[in-house]
Order: sequence, then C-alpha cells, then structure tokens
Amino acid sequence: MTLAIHDYRLPRLLHPAAWWAWAIGLAMAANRTTNPLLLALIVVVAAYVVAARRELGAASPFGAFLRLGLLAITLRVVFQVLLGGGTPGRTVLFTLPEIPLPSGSSGVRLGGPVTLEGVLAAAYEGARLAAVLACIGAANTLASPRRLLRYVPATLYEVGTALVVALTYAPQLVDDARRVRVARRLRGHGGRGIRELARLAVPVLDSALERSLNLAASMESRGYGRSVHRDARSRRQATALTLAGLSGVIAGVYGLLDGSPAPLLGLPLLIVGSVAATASLAVGARRDPRSRYRPDPWATPEWLVLGCGVAAGVLVLIAAQRGVPGIVVQTSPAEWPILPWFPALGVLLALVPAWLSPVPPLRAIGPFDGLQDGLQDGLQDVGATS
Amino acid sequence: MIRFEDVGVRFDDRREPVLRGVDLRVDEGEMVLVVGSTGSGKSTLLRCVNGLVPHFSGGTLSGRITVDGRDTRTHRPRDLADIVGVVGQDPAAAFVTDTVEEELAYGMESLGVTGDVMRRRVEETLDLLGLADVRQRTLRTLSGGQQQRVAIGGVLAAHPRILVLDEPTSALDPVAAEEVLAALTRLVHDLGLTVLLAEHRLERVVQYADRVVVVQNGRVRADLPAAAMATSPVSPPVVDLGRLAGWSPLPLSVRDARRAAGPIRLQLAGRSVVRAVKPVTTSGLDKALLSARALVVNRGRRAVLRGIDLEVNPGEVVALMGRNGSGKSTLLAAACGQLPARLGSVRTGGLDPASLKPRQLVRHVGLVPQDPGLLLYGETVSGECRAADTDMHAAPGTTRAILAHLAPDVEDDTHPRDLSEGQRLALALAVVLAGKPPLVLLDEPTRGLDYGAKTRLVASLRLLAAEQHGVLVATHDVELVAELADRVVVIADGEVVTDGPTDAVLAGSPAFAPQVAKVMHPQPWLTVADVAAALVQPPPLAV
Repeated sequence: MTLAIHDYRLPRLLHPAAWWAWAIGLAMAANRTTNPLLLALIVVVAAYVVAARRELGAASPFGAFLRLGLLAITLRVVFQVLLGGGTPGRTVLFTLPEIPLPSGSSGVRLGGPVTLEGVLAAAYEGARLAAVLACIGAANTLASPRRLLRYVPATLYEVGTALVVALTYAPQLVDDARRVRVARRLRGHGGRGIRELARLAVPVLDSALERSLNLAASMESRGYGRSVHRDARSRRQATALTLAGLSGVIAGVYGLLDGSPAPLLGLPLLIVGSVAATASLAVGARRDPRSRYRPDPWATPEWLVLGCGVAAGVLVLIAAQRGVPGIVVQTSPAEWPILPWFPALGVLLALVPAWLSPVPPLRAIGPFDGLQDGLQDGLQDVGATS
Repeated sequence: MIRFEDVGVRFDDRREPVLRGVDLRVDEGEMVLVVGSTGSGKSTLLRCVNGLVPHFSGGTLSGRITVDGRDTRTHRPRDLADIVGVVGQDPAAAFVTDTVEEELAYGMESLGVTGDVMRRRVEETLDLLGLADVRQRTLRTLSGGQQQRVAIGGVLAAHPRILVLDEPTSALDPVAAEEVLAALTRLVHDLGLTVLLAEHRLERVVQYADRVVVVQNGRVRADLPAAAMATSPVSPPVVDLGRLAGWSPLPLSVRDARRAAGPIRLQLAGRSVVRAVKPVTTSGLDKALLSARALVVNRGRRAVLRGIDLEVNPGEVVALMGRNGSGKSTLLAAACGQLPARLGSVRTGGLDPASLKPRQLVRHVGLVPQDPGLLLYGETVSGECRAADTDMHAAPGTTRAILAHLAPDVEDDTHPRDLSEGQRLALALAVVLAGKPPLVLLDEPTRGLDYGAKTRLVASLRLLAAEQHGVLVATHDVELVAELADRVVVIADGEVVTDGPTDAVLAGSPAFAPQVAKVMHPQPWLTVADVAAALVQPPPLAV
C-alpha cells in the first residue's frame, strides 16, 4: 500500500485538495486572459479531465456550471447592448432607439448605437467568468466539496462541521418542504400562493429545528467536542492565528489574480499568510486529540496533479506579466484573436492528469459494472425520497 | 454498572415530575427491557443514563446516577461517550455524516482512536451487522432496517460497555426487526454488553430480556420478566393468552406458550370460529370506494407499482402489508391523488383523485400519513380543530367532537407537538374525519403506539367501518392486522402477492402469523379475543 499509492495505475480517489488546487491553478490562468481561444482551450481541458477522471455515479455539477457560464456571457452582452457602457467603438452594428435620461446621469445611456467593439469586449469578459466557473465546476465534480471539508484543519473543526451539517440539511429541507406541501392537499388546500407559503413555513422550519436538536444530541452523546480545547485561551489564540493567516492567503491570491494593485504586494502577502496559516494549523493539529478515519493519502499523483494545475496558472501569469501578445485581445479596433503558443502550452499542461492520475475505483471496475452500481444508488435515491 | 439512587426528574413546564424515587441497579452483561405506556417516562429514564437528561434537555435531576463509577452530574454526555452508546428512535435523524463507513467511524474519531485500530473496528462492525455490501452507500439511500443497523453500528464501533436503545425496531417491518434484534442478542452474548432497551412491541423482545423494568406514573419497578409481565400495564399477546388461560408461570415466547397450550387446543378443537372482528358482507358491485385497475405508478423513472388490482368496499377494513419499500406508501399516495397513475387507473368513488381539486378531494378520501405531524399546522389543539373545521367545510366544533371521542384526555391548549404519539395520531385522524371522507387511508398508524392506544385505534376504525366507511391501513404490525382487518392484501415489489380474508392470509405464513395463531396452530384463532369468544361457546355435540 505504502508504495502502491505512489503509482498512478492503482485505482483510488485522489485527495480532494489536489483536484481543487489543480482547478484553482487553471482558474488563475483563465482569470488573467480575455483571449477567447485561450479561454475555450481552458474549458476544453477542464471538460476533458472531468470526462476522463469523474467517478461513476457521483453527482456531476459540471454541466450546471457550464450553463451558468453561458448565462454569464449572455447577461454581459445583453447589458452591453442595452446600456451601451463606456467602450468607444467605430464599427456600429445597429442602433437601438435611445431613451433620454435626465442630464445628471452622465455615462449611463439607455439604447443608442451598438458597436462591435463594445459587444466583443463584453463577450470576452463574460467568457473569462464562464471559464473560471467551468474550472470550479470541474473541481466540484472531480472531488465533492463535502470530501474536501473533511480536511478542514483542527482549529477550524467547528466551522467545518457546521458546513457539513448545512450541506446535509439543505436537501433534507427541500424534501421536507415537498412532503409538507403534498400533505397540504389532504387538508383541502393547493399548497400554492403567499398565504399558503406562510402556513407551510412553520411546519417545515419546525421539523428542521427538531432535526437539528436530534443531531446535536446525537453528536453530543457520541463524544463531539470532547476535550478538543482544554482551555478557552489557547482556542482563541489558535483561531485568531488561523483566521489571520487565511486572510493573508486570500489577500495575496487576490493581489496576484487581480494584477492591478502593485503586483509586488501580492506575493509577499501570500507568503506571509501561508506561513502564518501553516504555523497555526501545525499548532492546532498538535493539540487535536481527534483522529481521522482513512485519510486520503497524499502521494506522487497528488503532487503531479497539483503541479500541473499550478504550472498552467503560473505560466499564463508570467506571460501576462511579460505582456506576451495575445493574452489580452484588442477590441478597439477589433482584431482577430490569435492563440499565443507559450500560454497555450501552459494550459495544455493541465491536461496531463487526464492520463497520469489514478482512475476512481468504480470507473476502474469498468463502465458496465460501475455504471450499474451507480444507477442502483440513483434508483434507491429516488425511492428513499418518497 | 449503572446505578440510580433515589432519582427524580422534573421539567420546568410540567406540573408532575416525570420520574421520582427511582432506585435501579443494572449489572454488567445484563439485557434489561424497559416497558411502560406512551409518555410514562421511558425515554427520560434512558436518556438519564448518559446524561442527556439533564445536561442536554434541561430540567432538574435529583438523586444520583453513576455509570461505571462516573457521576452524571459532573460528567457530560460527551465525557461518557466511551462507556455509553445511545441509539434513538429515528436513526436517520441521528446521522452526522453521509456514508456508511464514515458514520461508523464518527464516534471513534471523536474519541481519538488511532487510525489502524479504527480501520479494523469498522471492518469488524461491517461484518457483525451485515453491512459490508453497502459500506460505500449514501445513508439516505439505505432501507429502514439497514439505517437502524448503521445507527447501532455507529455507537458499537466505539466499543461502549453499555448500549441504550430507544425503540430500535419501531420503524421496521417484522423481518428487518428480527434482523436488528438478532444482531443485538448476539452482541449481548458474544461481547457481554450491558443493554438497556425500550420497546413498544413487546412480542418481539420480551423473551430475550434478563429483567424487565416497568415504568408507571414516574415510578420504576424492576423484576424478572415473567413476574413483571403478570402485573405490567402493557403486555404482548402471548402473555394475555397466558393470563386468559391461567397458565403459571406466564409464557413469554411462542415456544413456552405452545408447550402450555396443549390442553386448551384440545378443549377448543372443533369449535366454530367466531371472530371478534366480523367480516362484513359486501355487495361487491359498482360501489367500491377505491378501485385500482392494472395500476402502474412511477417515482422518478422507476415503476414502484407494477400493475396493482385492488378494491376497497364500504364497511370494509383492508390491511396492506409488505416489506419496507414494497410500494405500500406509494399505493396510498396514488389513492389520494398525490401521484398520478402512469398506466391503468385508480378511482375513488368513481373519480380520478389526481384530477380533483383539493377541496373536492377531502370529500372523497382522507389520508393520515406516516408522520401525522405533517397534517398539523396549528399552535394549539383547539386552534388546529377550528382550522380543520374551516378547511373541511364542516360545522364548527366537528373536529373537536371527533377528537373527544377518539382521545378523551387531550387538553385544548396543548401544542400538537407536545402530544403523545397516540394523541397526535388521534388528532390527525380527527382532522381527516371532519371532512367525512367515505374512504380513509392510514399509513403505518401504530408506530410508537402502546397497546392501550392501539386498542382505542382499533375500536375507532371498526366503528368507522360499521358506519360504511372504507378503511385501508398500510402496516407492518401483524397483531394489529389480526385484530382489525377483514381482508389482507400483501404486496411485494409493486405487485399484489396475496389478497384474501385475514385469517386465511395470516394463518398461512409464519412470517405474518400473529403470536396467538402460532400458539393455537392448527386451530384457526388469531387473537386473544377470538380465543376468549371460543371459550365461552358450548362444546360441539359429540356425534
């Protein structure tokens, strides 16, 4: 086992953090470019890896994220057409009737000429968001956030538990609401309309509350929170350190991604934040008497997946920093985008895990058996909600 | 192992203390059964053991409880988690994680058991409770019996020395219940666990118990099973039969009773069957209140009902049986228009229930769902009754009058949530009956009911049948069916397997036979009341 886990040919689920790091790297790349060809390449890479390494029978929110991305593009373009925006352009596609606004609202315009440059700029911006969304969707599909939450550091254990409980409760609340609404018919009401909604809210919230009390009792009697923190002061210190560290990391990442503030601020913040967060986590982990059941191993394939994602992000980042032509496509005057080869190669690096990462276990059994199992679960799921 | 010394429990919003003067000692390796009527304080007694009362529930505890030498006053439930494991009534409500393996490991993670020990214990627990096949499944997709076994496994894997179970089989069909109880008895014998168990359906467990604790009016009495049963306010049918026939010692299992029943079987041989429940003769012509023809109903893409033919006539009580997930609830849902027929047809009073407007629907059919609370929205019982009168277009006071008849002791200003299971069921039934629907459907009505509440339910449903209502009851409870139903329909996998008179169906199979039928076999009596009726008959003339 100890050696086998380093071999990508052993079917197993990859550590969820590896997939998330990979996706964040890819999203970082998407965030720094407006080149539609490069963005399309990123989405294709994400989709291909999802298709190759998704566990059979697991939930797949990837499609939903893609649709959300399309919606983002559409909304961006529609608003651009309606509101005009600030992009000056010479190529007028068509002209909408303009609604005069009071003189105070300078810069805002309703209707008027629609320029090719404006529409293109909006579409590229939308596409950038769509590509980032696709990366997040890929991470969600390859490793469910619930699995990731198991690795919340010990100092943030309570927060992690609350999140897990919330993730479990949301679907149950929907189930409850449906059952109560159906039962409402038995009292001679349709269960629709505002008044009905108000009446239904009470029993639904009631049962949710009762459920949480039950859950709390169950957690308590199974030893939850047993001497995790022996004194309140050490807990406060650890939490403060962790939060400060994480904020540092977030600010640093933001600085790197955004690129508009002094770029030097990003990196040092990120480093300081990472150090603080790691230190606090190490301190917290030492205090934590809890143990973890079957933790996912972190071995060579995890490093490889993480490396590929981060490399893609870093290469695009460097290209953007150096001002490699084609990272930002000119929209005014509009020109045909070209695919810059250096960043494109970087993005293609993120495709490597589609072959060099372990296959998930059900998928490894073979499409037929694995799918059967998955289907079985799905069917039972339908039955259980009844 | 567990010691209660002069323990009293009082909750602030109640006038009477829930428990008082409790002195109890449970030794290592004992299996103790806690019995009592609904609301007698059984659950409170059980929750005292690991300190959930009063640490979690509030209220005042007097006296002293020590568990393995630890006082529950100074030890919170989490500090007792390594010695006491608690399994509640509704396993699904207690799940913290969402897959089987993680749920089994959860308790051990909190206790800080090291990784390899944890891995080994999870594997052992999977084998012990027969869960290895479903180890990676999501908990929501498991059947009721599997869920209950996971809940037991979750506390068991942490190796507590005491196991406390509050009605572990109330939601299960007879076979699944057997499964869980068999697993439990094996644990007691193999591992020497101390088990404290509360259960309404005594017929399932009383023969396994070393001692029985009877909780009555907040007081507690511990005794050997046979002695406790002689005076207990609740008792299973074999014990009732033993009392009727004057057997001593009282039999606790079908085996004991069967050995004592030789003379009575001989005495009753040849007497005609006068069932306490008289089947009604129905015309069987176009008057069926419910008729399903080749009915196919889907849930999602799966056909749950696969061609059901069923009729319920006026004045008839029909029991619908079958294992968990066989389609009973789906059939009831289709009968009241909650799910549309995909193929075939379902008609209530000649109309398609799915096409009826809600306000018309309540005039034709009423359903009391598995969780009666789903029908209740009010803040108080009286408010609920008034709302029901308006909803069902009944004269003011109708619902309250029906409720007074079904459950005389319900107070007006109680919140429906604070009623006992039996009272809540009565309230939901009263709400449904206010609309005077000719067809009444009940889904698993005896969940959590004690014998007294069950007897009252049977009486009121028989009365409905006498008034030419049709009643369809989906249930796992064979004893209820024996006392209540004229006809039994067994479904499996969405198809009707058997449809026939109660005595023929129940006596015909060991899985469905009520205790009295097993004792009296090959004589045809099903209930204690049947035997009592036969006993007073004159013996048949010798030919």
